[in-house]
Amino acid sequence: MTSLLKRLFFFAVGLFLALPLIVVAGVSINEKQTLAFPPQGFSLSWYSEIFTNPEWRSALVASLTLAATSAALALVIALPLAWFLWRRVAPWANIFQLLGVAPFTLPPVITALGLLTFWATTGFYGQPWTAAISHAIFFVTLPLVTLSLGFSAIDRSLVEAAATMGADDRVIFRTVVLPLILPYIVSGYAFAFVLSLNEYIVAYMTVGFTMETLPIKIFNALRYGYTPTMASVTVLFLAIAALVFGLVARFGDLPKLLGAMGDER
Amino acid sequence: MRREPPQRLADYGPLLFPAGMLIVFFVIPFATMIAVSFFEREQGGFYQPAFVWDNYARFLSLFFGKVLGFSLFLAVAVAVACIVIGVPFTYLMSRAARKVQILWLVALLSILSLSEVMIGFAWSTLFSRTAGLTNLLVAIGIMETPQALTPSFGAVMTAMTYQALPYTVLVLYPALVRLDPTLTEAARTLGASPIRAFFTVVVPALRNTILATLIMVFIFALGSYLLPQLLGRPQHWTLSVLITDQAIYQSNMPFAAAMAVFLVLVSLALVGLAVYAGRRKEAA
Amino acid sequence: MSGLILSNVTKQFGTFTAVNDVSLSVPDGTFVCLLGPSGCGKTTLMRMIAGLDLPTRGSIRLGGEDITQVATHKRNLGMVFQSLALFPHLTVGENIAYALRIRGVPKEEQTKRVDELLAMIHLGGFADRSVTKLSGGQRQRVAIARALAISPKLFLLDEPLSALDAKLREAMQVELRQLQQQLGITTIVVTHDQREAMTMADTVVVMNGGEIRQAAAPVDIYRRPADSFVADFIGSTNLLPYTVDGSGRATVFGTPVEGLALAGAMAGTISVRPEDVQITAPGNGTIDGSVTFIRDLGGTVETFVEASGQQIVAVSAPRTRPEVTVGQQVGIRLDPATSVVLAR
Repeated sequence: MTSLLKRLFFFAVGLFLALPLIVVAGVSINEKQTLAFPPQGFSLSWYSEIFTNPEWRSALVASLTLAATSAALALVIALPLAWFLWRRVAPWANIFQLLGVAPFTLPPVITALGLLTFWATTGFYGQPWTAAISHAIFFVTLPLVTLSLGFSAIDRSLVEAAATMGADDRVIFRTVVLPLILPYIVSGYAFAFVLSLNEYIVAYMTVGFTMETLPIKIFNALRYGYTPTMASVTVLFLAIAALVFGLVARFGDLPKLLGAMGDER
Repeated sequence: MRREPPQRLADYGPLLFPAGMLIVFFVIPFATMIAVSFFEREQGGFYQPAFVWDNYARFLSLFFGKVLGFSLFLAVAVAVACIVIGVPFTYLMSRAARKVQILWLVALLSILSLSEVMIGFAWSTLFSRTAGLTNLLVAIGIMETPQALTPSFGAVMTAMTYQALPYTVLVLYPALVRLDPTLTEAARTLGASPIRAFFTVVVPALRNTILATLIMVFIFALGSYLLPQLLGRPQHWTLSVLITDQAIYQSNMPFAAAMAVFLVLVSLALVGLAVYAGRRKEAA
Repeated sequence: MSGLILSNVTKQFGTFTAVNDVSLSVPDGTFVCLLGPSGCGKTTLMRMIAGLDLPTRGSIRLGGEDITQVATHKRNLGMVFQSLALFPHLTVGENIAYALRIRGVPKEEQTKRVDELLAMIHLGGFADRSVTKLSGGQRQRVAIARALAISPKLFLLDEPLSALDAKLREAMQVELRQLQQQLGITTIVVTHDQREAMTMADTVVVMNGGEIRQAAAPVDIYRRPADSFVADFIGSTNLLPYTVDGSGRATVFGTPVEGLALAGAMAGTISVRPEDVQITAPGNGTIDGSVTFIRDLGGTVETFVEASGQQIVAVSAPRTRPEVTVGQQVGIRLDPATSVVLAR
């Protein structure tokens, strides 16, 4: 009885989470440009539209470029910081950890507005590269958290063992720490990449009038009416996210990454 | 490994770039925003340096009070709904087989990362007249004709719960997965039914975690800016929407900045209050 | 002067003194065990020898050179960690070759040395295995081979066998001792297992409370313990109070013990090993008491006697066991040759 109840509860939550996506997937294969569900006819043309229509394609390219560069920058900020906090006793340096986590924890509109005023004041407002820096700061939390987790998982006696065998700090980092931390670097990058791909408000406030990322493009399109390409892009993005997180789960320990330390099941 | 304080200046090297980036692109923008909140607005969308409280004085209007009240109410409602669904769900998920857990985690992460624009679009489709839920009800014969369920408060509330639920589950997950399973087993041997054991053992044991999660989800919901716009009527606009609107469309940066500062203060104050309450409960 | 010489080494963590004014000289080629209960400072002392912790005061010299402040990676030593600390991302061969790779030894030479070491630890052909797929004993051997790859002057092992089961541990103790003698390398092992220390060491250094209580050969530590801590920690013993009477004789529970060499104090403690306690008929100049319990372990028999409120244990082989029963009145005779007067 309780087992049935449990299944029913799982099913209900699953349905709630899946329903909007099923409908979106449905309308994305409509043959004509209508918002109809169940779909009328079958066509994948709204998917090819993303790549053939120059407007959608350039938005896709802009989004991918922004996500790739900002995630890399976020990683470059997070890695030395996480390493320093792990390697040294410097309680005051935790302030930077706090600063790294703050943008992601506060309502995003605050970070967005802060960056908007900053770029406007410095005169760089609207430059595409400002979006990359803005996203890197906004999402630095993700690699910072995964890397801190990764460093704390390193048995310190491994580092000591390397030192007794003649390795200095630099060599230890290259031969021991880096190989062990690599899965966390990859997952930190993956998290930042996927979230940057989907981010709207920070991108909109910093470069919204000069550059169109896909979320901005969808929002602008929504104001002028409906096109099934929105649906196909949503499905595409969902697939990318599922693929990336699926890969992280396949090659890394996802439950552990999400904080389930010491879970040996 | 000997963890020791930095000895030489060179030991601080690794900190240079991260600290510089965070200070220049987070601390300074934050400070700039605070400064702008005291500036005067000029005609034509610009602002000039000044030190006036005018932007904050505008909070003392009925309109602003209503927006603030609604924002807080909406965020609380969403947070409570997410906790009510999320705690039992996360508990059951954390007890499931590892493969099942991973499948759920991948799905939750994918939905969590989905752009707010896309979530808004998905729900507006689901609540639409032509492709929505009501078509299903018509098909079963419960309803006569399909109708649009948006814009409405229910639509805003549902979509925001949808957006925040994966976040809730992922925040709860580490604590629940680490919860000693023998606790409930002990309760079971003492005669409690599984549901009773959940409410008498799991929930009290996680009281502080649940409270902390409630606050996190509350802040998360407070940050929602697109869903109220896409699925609600103007009276369902939240503070975040108002800030965006003032900054982008009304070009009133000083007022937008003042509201953002206010939003930060409200968030921090509520966090402080809840942490204080949690501590006192713990001490009792 | 060669060998390892510690002079007045002290280590403080905040207000806690982990190692207090320790001086020790380890000649080249000897095998030393640092033995003591947990928290006695033995691991901290070893970490200072390795350079993983720096002494608060004192100096450490190796082969005539002051290495107190030398960084760990410049000390050219080999160390086996309690957790073994094998690199999980490297194979068995890569783990063993690590120190050689760091030093830029040519690839062919690395391979040759790895094969040599693998043969030495009886794991020939294991070079390409993953270290995570080895058994406990195999991992242990790999850790030892890795530490010996550069033929270090000093070989340190921190509780190296603690993760193994009892049988394997005993076998590894013998193997380790034979290996050390074969290589003639100066070796220091930290352990809390007195049996392990007795099996392997030339010199056992017994530590407690951050201080060295006695440093001597295993047999001497057992037969001539310096104080009641050492006597009690190494093996089991009977600690009996004595006083010196007016005629200068030592008496235990009022019974004189003839011929005991006294250190001058008027009262103190003597240590008598259970196997040195002789049970005879009461009276006639013996310490008298009654038998409270007999524990027959098959190989040995322990007889518990209560005399003047204190329990005394005698151990004997089954063939020479005293013919006594529980409740019987017996006498105990102490042999001055096996009764040790303790310093404190």
